[in-house]
Amino acid sequence: MRKQRNSTRRQFLGLAGGAAALSAVPIVTVRPADATPAMLAAAIRNVVGEAAVRPGKVKLDVPPLVENGNTVPMTVNVLSPMTSEDYVKSIHVFNEKNPQPNVGNFYLGPRAGRAQVSTRIRLADSQKVVAIARLSDDSFWSASVDIVVTLAACTEEVI
Amino acid sequence: MASALINVPKKAKRGEIIEIKTLMSHIMETGYRRTASGEIIPRDIITSFACRYNGVEIFRADLFPAIAANPFMTFFTVATESGKFDFEWIGDRGFSETASASILVE
Repeated sequence: MRKQRNSTRRQFLGLAGGAAALSAVPIVTVRPADATPAMLAAAIRNVVGEAAVRPGKVKLDVPPLVENGNTVPMTVNVLSPMTSEDYVKSIHVFNEKNPQPNVGNFYLGPRAGRAQVSTRIRLADSQKVVAIARLSDDSFWSASVDIVVTLAACTEEVI
Repeated sequence: MASALINVPKKAKRGEIIEIKTLMSHIMETGYRRTASGEIIPRDIITSFACRYNGVEIFRADLFPAIAANPFMTFFTVATESGKFDFEWIGDRGFSETASASILVE
């Protein structure tokens, strides 16, 4: 009698463990909730292709400590004379851990006068944000900032 | 329902670099949030924004769900001639809004 009770308990634990393992696996494989560094790298490759991305020339201005990830002010500034021969074609902003690696693409031209764009972004987690600028000679320059976010955006439940 | 706020200087000197600020009221639903019952709320965002100065495009942006609600955007241009700025926002579910502002260049 006693032995049987033990065995059912063991069976139950075994089944429960198995069920937990089974349900845990599909959650991990079916729903990649975060953009991984690999997705970030792929998104950057999509924009720059095979060209080299050098650090410098770009200034990414985001507060290092963010209380609310739902609206984070961001300013990207690129060192460029903005003449008809030497100007910034576009600025691309990426993130590491939101569900999607892209934040925004901004297309400027020599008529912009100053290569600077500001907007407000969402951050789902403490993470790295990368800004890449494409100049008129098709060279790419980048800057990145690590940001700590206390309240995450994007994925919370709607009440 | 949607409404835009535009800030363009009324007057500028020729060749001056001016700042343009725009804000469009929009929910920018990411498509990653769920209701209490677990259903995903479909994505509803503005996907593109463009600004034309006397018909010539001077600024364009592709927006993603990582742009905060009520997209706010600031950029610059050189005041070359008097005329009109046209702004256009295009998004999911047929969202399309325009706004304009005029400038006097001396």
